Order: sequence, then structure tokens, then C-alpha cells
Amino acid sequence: MAQAGTLEIQHLRKNYAVNGATLNVLENINLSIRPGEFITIVGASGCGKSTLLRLIIGLDTQYDGDIFLDGRRIRDTGLDRGIVFQEHRLFPWLTVRKNIETGLLNNTRFSEAEKEASVRAHIELVGLQGFESAYPHQLSGGMSQRVAIARALVNRPEVLLLDEPFGALDAFTRHFLQDELLRISSEEGITMVLVTHDIEEAIYLADRVVVMQPRPGRIRRVVDIDLPRPRPRNSEAFARYKDDLLKDFSVGEHPEEILAGNIEQPA
Amino acid sequence: MSTLRKALPGFPLSGFDYRALVLPVFFVAFWALAHGVGWVDTRLIPSPLGVVKTAWGSIFAEDFLPGLWGSLYRDVSGFVIGGLFGVATGVALGLSRWLDAAFNPALNALKQISLFAWLPLITSWFGYDDGAKILFIAASTFYPVAVNTFEGVRGVTRQHLEVARVFRFSRTQLIFRLLLPAAAPRILTGLQMGLVFAWLATIGSEFLLANWGNGLGNIIIHGREALDVGLVIWGLIIVGIVGSLLNRLARRAESRLLGWRGTA
Repeated sequence: MAQAGTLEIQHLRKNYAVNGATLNVLENINLSIRPGEFITIVGASGCGKSTLLRLIIGLDTQYDGDIFLDGRRIRDTGLDRGIVFQEHRLFPWLTVRKNIETGLLNNTRFSEAEKEASVRAHIELVGLQGFESAYPHQLSGGMSQRVAIARALVNRPEVLLLDEPFGALDAFTRHFLQDELLRISSEEGITMVLVTHDIEEAIYLADRVVVMQPRPGRIRRVVDIDLPRPRPRNSEAFARYKDDLLKDFSVGEHPEEILAGNIEQPA
Repeated sequence: MSTLRKALPGFPLSGFDYRALVLPVFFVAFWALAHGVGWVDTRLIPSPLGVVKTAWGSIFAEDFLPGLWGSLYRDVSGFVIGGLFGVATGVALGLSRWLDAAFNPALNALKQISLFAWLPLITSWFGYDDGAKILFIAASTFYPVAVNTFEGVRGVTRQHLEVARVFRFSRTQLIFRLLLPAAAPRILTGLQMGLVFAWLATIGSEFLLANWGNGLGNIIIHGREALDVGLVIWGLIIVGIVGSLLNRLARRAESRLLGWRGTA
């Protein structure tokens, strides 16, 4: 399963009706993601990057164009895709273990023994041994997000989508979880698509960074990050990528949009 | 009291806050004083000791224990039936916009009618026996449970509903694995209110249908008819005791069920 996970996005277009007017959120998105690739998507608020993830996960099925996962068109949510949101979204009445098991409720692919093994493996993968019977209110934000990652991975999906998963965490926890995510990515070989507004995070994690821009939401360019891992954040090469990407967000590039309030500076 | 508790570990009720006794003790002392000094008509207000004697006697009277059990039986039966229907209705209305639009206005209008106003109708349809009383008690329990369950289900966040969709929950899974547990705090609030309403309805129905059946309410009314004020007061006390015991039980069940909330 881990070898599959090709995402093919073709001529994707998404409109919202707002007060009778049509708002073009995504316009002609074309992106081809290889199995096991780590893609990060950056862009200012309103560029449609979260909408794109909602379309891939299948929570929103109203769109024009095509999204294929291993050749099958995405029509609904499915256990072949996992998602981690910015908030952990755990069920507070369930323990860590039960929360992770919730992901397996409708898994018909695994035997009972395989389910059991998968839960144990993913608790280990995110380093939560000993916390299996803890309730979410007893966990820190970083630990909760790790449970959410385990819950998203427990079905062994082909693609893991992450919507600003570390945005609400402190810098130390964020860096720690970024390394965890890279380790999981190399161990499991899952295709990863992570949305962030943090350019440094995007460079640190990605094989390719997709830069999006708003009005209408579209891909500005795709940048290959040709750096060996681990990537020291203070290296010269890292800084060069950062400067390069920051240009896409600088005022000089499109002053009229900044002045119109259409683009927010990235945090 | 703290020294006493230290001296006697587990002294009668460990964890019991003895400050709760201040008001009752003060009240009984004042009552005894008022009676002893003769500030009140002793035919209308017996002494505390007189009430205790009446109570002791009544416990061994032939109608007391059957009356207590009768009241409890009707209370619990009505509560269980009304509670189940209340939760089911709340979930159904919370889940379906259509059912909500179709039934909520009517249910809200019906709620404006005092529950006791239904008693004549219920008795003329169902007679005067236990069945009619239990129906009345169930109806009293139903409303707070249904309303709170509805609010609880409506309060389930879009974020959690999306998680259910991502993991492809069936309708049954949605109800039992998300809606009911997420709404549990509100449902239990509703059930606690329902329990209070059920006990009020239990005693109320026995007051209004005093000539039929046997229960604590009947015993109180019979005491009044016999001008036995001591028996009336004892009846009130036992009604209060049973009611607060039921509530204590409910509270304990709640804190056990909602342990996942941590500090609640």
C-alpha cells in the first residue's frame, strides 16, 4: 500500500457562491504528486490552500476538473486518505488508544490482529507509549497533535494531508514534530501534502514547495528543494531558498493587491 | 468538625461537608424552642419529638412501606420511560432538520401547558391506576430530557462531524460514537432535571389522585384529612429525603460518566 499514492490534480477549479456572487477560490490547478513525495503548500490567506486539501480529502465534492488518487477520481472521503487538522479534533471522551482505534472502525482491509498491531505500531511511531489510557484533556497540545497524526495514519493511508498541523504550537514543539513527521515520512513512505503559512517549515520539510497566490487561488510556481536531510535551518543554501520564496510574498511583486488588502504578509 | 474527622478516620460519611447541617440543626432547635415556650398553637405544630414519634409509628403502619415502594416504583418507571423517549426525540430532532421543523414548534407549544393540566385528560383516558400515573411522570421527565438532548446534539461541532465523515461513520456510528457522547453533559443535565420533575410528578399525582392507590403523597393527604400535622410533616421530610437521595445518586452517576472532562 505504501508504494501507491499518486495524486493527479488536473484543471481543478472551485467556486463558492457568496451572497449571490460567485467567488473563484481555485483556478486551473494542475499538480502531479509522486508516491512518497513530501509536498508543502504555502501561500497567503485566502489563496485556497486549505480548500485544496478539503477537496483532496473529499469533505468538499463540488468542483470542476479532476483529482485522481492512483487513477481513481475522488468523489468522497475514504480511508485511503488521512488528514490532520490545525486543531487535534480528538474525541475528549475517549482515551488516546480509543481515539486512535476510532480511525479503524470502518476498516475492512485489516484483520482484528492487524488492527491491534497497527494501533500499537502507531502509538509507538508517535512516541506515546505509556499514555494509551490518558484522556485528551491530560495531554499537551503537541501530544494531542501526535495522537491526531497516529489516528490519521492508523489505516495506513496512501496519502496524509496536513492542514497547518503545527500552527498552534510553540516553536520548540513545532520543530520537534517537524522532525517526527520527516521520520514518519521516510519510515512509512506515505505521500504527504502539508499546508502551511510558514515558509521555513515549508522548505525544511518539502521535496517540492508549491507557492499559491490568491484572487483567484492559483499556483504561482513549484520550487524543488534540492537539499540533503537533515537541513540545518541556518545554512546558506537554506537561506537562499528562503529569500527566493519570500520574494513571492514581498510588497514589490504585486503592490496593487497588497494595497487592496488582498494579501496578508506571511507570519 | 475537622478535629473530629481527624480523630475518627472515615467518621460516618467521609467527604461529607458537615456545614450542610448548620441550617437544619438551627431550624429544628428554633422549632423545639418555639414549641416549648408556647409561641405557637401546639395543636397545629407538634414538637420535633412528636414528629419523630409519629414517624416511628408510621414506619410500622401497614401502608407506609408499600406506599414508599409504590412511589419509588412509579417514579423510576416513569423516569426511565420518559428519559428514553426524551433522549430518542432529542437525537432525532437534533439530527434531522426536517423532523426539527415539523415537530419542534408543536412540542414548544405543548410545553406551555402546565403538566398538571394534563392529569384530567390522562385519567379520563387511562383511569386512575399506576399506568396513568407512570404516563404522567414519564411526560414530566420527557421535556427537560428532550430539550437538553436536542441542544447537546446541536452543539456537536462541525470539526468533529468532519472527523466522522473522514472515517466514514455510518448513521449508527454517528449517533452512538459521536452525537450521544458529545451531548452527554447536556443529556445528563436534562436527566437530572427530569429526575426532579419526575419526583414532583410522582408526589403531585398522588396528591391529586389521593383516593386511588397508595404512595407517600397519599399518606400525607390522609394525614391532613385526619388533622395529623405530625404525619404531614413526616411525609414532607421523607419526600425531601428520598428526592435528595435520588439526586445524590444521579450526581454520582454523572461524575463517573463524565470523568473524561477532568475537572468537572
